[in-house]
Amino acid sequence: MTSITLDRIAHSYGGKPRLESDYQLKPIQHVWEQGFAYALLGPSGCGKTTLLNIISGLVIPSEGRLLFGDKDVTHLPTEQRNIAQVFQFPVIYDTMTVAENLAFPLKNRRLAKPVIDRRVAEIAKMLDLTADLNRRARGLTADAKQKISLGRGLVRSDVSAVLFDEPLTVIDPALKWELRSKLKSVHRALDLLMIYVTHDQTEALTFADKVVVMNDGRAVQIGAPADLFYRPEHTFVGYFIGSPGMNFMPAGVKGNRAEVAGFEVRLGEIYGDLSSDQSVQLGVRPEFVSVTSGPGLPAQVRRVVDLGRKRLAHVLLGNHPLVVRIPREMEGVGDVVNISIDPANTHVYVADVRVQGRAP
Amino acid sequence: MIDKPVNNRAWFFVLPVLGVVLFSSIIPVMTVVNYSVQDTMGANSFFWNGDQWFRDLLNPATTIGARFNDALFRTLGFSLACLLIEVPLGIALALCAPRKGWAVGISLVIIALPMLIPWNVVGTIWQIFTREDIGLFGAALVGIGLHYNVTQEPISAWMTIVVIDVWHWTPLVILLSYAGLRAIPDAYYQAARIDGASRWAVFFNIELPKLQKVLVIAVLLRFMQTFMIYTEPFVVTGGGPGSATTFLSIDLDKIALGQVDLGNAAAMSLVYYLITLTVCWIFFTIMTQLERRGDV
Repeated sequence: MTSITLDRIAHSYGGKPRLESDYQLKPIQHVWEQGFAYALLGPSGCGKTTLLNIISGLVIPSEGRLLFGDKDVTHLPTEQRNIAQVFQFPVIYDTMTVAENLAFPLKNRRLAKPVIDRRVAEIAKMLDLTADLNRRARGLTADAKQKISLGRGLVRSDVSAVLFDEPLTVIDPALKWELRSKLKSVHRALDLLMIYVTHDQTEALTFADKVVVMNDGRAVQIGAPADLFYRPEHTFVGYFIGSPGMNFMPAGVKGNRAEVAGFEVRLGEIYGDLSSDQSVQLGVRPEFVSVTSGPGLPAQVRRVVDLGRKRLAHVLLGNHPLVVRIPREMEGVGDVVNISIDPANTHVYVADVRVQGRAP
Repeated sequence: MIDKPVNNRAWFFVLPVLGVVLFSSIIPVMTVVNYSVQDTMGANSFFWNGDQWFRDLLNPATTIGARFNDALFRTLGFSLACLLIEVPLGIALALCAPRKGWAVGISLVIIALPMLIPWNVVGTIWQIFTREDIGLFGAALVGIGLHYNVTQEPISAWMTIVVIDVWHWTPLVILLSYAGLRAIPDAYYQAARIDGASRWAVFFNIELPKLQKVLVIAVLLRFMQTFMIYTEPFVVTGGGPGSATTFLSIDLDKIALGQVDLGNAAAMSLVYYLITLTVCWIFFTIMTQLERRGDV
């Protein structure tokens, strides 16, 4: 049980990369600490599975070092790395019973039979597989099979990390919740380092202590779920996390004032001179823009969306589209309403990266 | 209710096929059935003989019965020998075949080559190849001091026919197994590596179970083809020496066309046919059973 260090790990499948865009995984420096649950979150093709496979040894990175504790394992084959991995689709051994499936990784490592039996019983209990232990794994349903895969990942107590590659893709939504909370409790009980790859933000945010948001081969932000929501460090994080994502508007920023489409917006922090040749954007989540009866910015309502739990309006501020949260009773497409933006939750982005202002 | 017009005109399109089948199969088979219950004194005059031909055939005490019995066990032995060699060898070679890169195409073509050679050429190639005086293979074996003579030694003749079949048809097993192996998702191999499985464990727990379906097909095809083996012994050994390589089809050919013993030949070919049908049915049952069990 150790921490895992990515020391400027980078990977390009094509061999020698010349441009930065040749990297499928751009250089990343990070330490995964023992006992924590991490999520790798990003759209398809962002490099998250590559990163996972580098940790498990299925892919050897073209640059950088991978350390388990102090030991350099960059070039060690998978079977010598103390890693467990659960794949997107259930992988079970057809010819074996559920118990034999769970015992397989332990048996291959020549553990004593009583030790194996005890561990298998323990894991089966955690995953509600006890009743099925003596059944053939072949005839079970997809979610039971995936539970077996999860079980095989969790059964070894000596692993440095358990890696999950979108393990709940094939599971029904109702069971997803159950399995996810089960995994969470298993994580607490076993005190393992878990890394969970997903493109589903709910899955990532509910499972993980820390989320690594990836886009285009780059880890754009690593932080707790609340950080990602309240302080997105990159416009991609603002856009990808939250439903709907953050509003971004081109803005001219001076001191604690921003000018958007001819209107003045008050900011929570004081910024220096940002008038560079790069694009400056003001970012604010829909949750922090409200319709007010008092003074505010005039915006025209174009569309109202009822999500059941909340209602949103797509409005135009000048000619910039914006999504705002609206109260239940409000109607009126085409109306002009006054909106107010919460200064404390505004952020300024230069070339897509958040700039930290000075406290007022 | 959906108001669908009843229209069975599609049956008319099946009629030509029925016509072809009638002339290619049904009429010939009924002719054989006809011969199997009649006897003749020549001059095209037939009389009813009941099930006597069948009784004789299935009674090893009669001459024809003993002959049939010998040929049947010889053929079954041959099928068994070929299956025992070809299936494991085919799987082993499929496991060794390259999985990616330029070598895939080349090796698959080379593997498939023997299957593309016409049967009479196969016979002629091996007939010359195994001659103990001028054949490369035969002369080489004699050269290193072995008693090898296809036309005089029963063991040589048997071995030769088995070797020909292995050379000719193991490629089929290789290609089927190769396709089956390629269909196994990578995740299984990756999971096995992570689970610390040995090469043997991967073979017995992943590859072999996943190959089950294609192997049933391979065994069926190889059984049928070896059970009806005709051309190789016909060209290379002529069924000899003695009757060492007189398999069912060769024997049938001798009785029907050599001796023009129509009653015995008809009864024999019908029993031969029923054996084939039974084996097919068994395999079909196994296959559908596997299908029903799902995700093999």
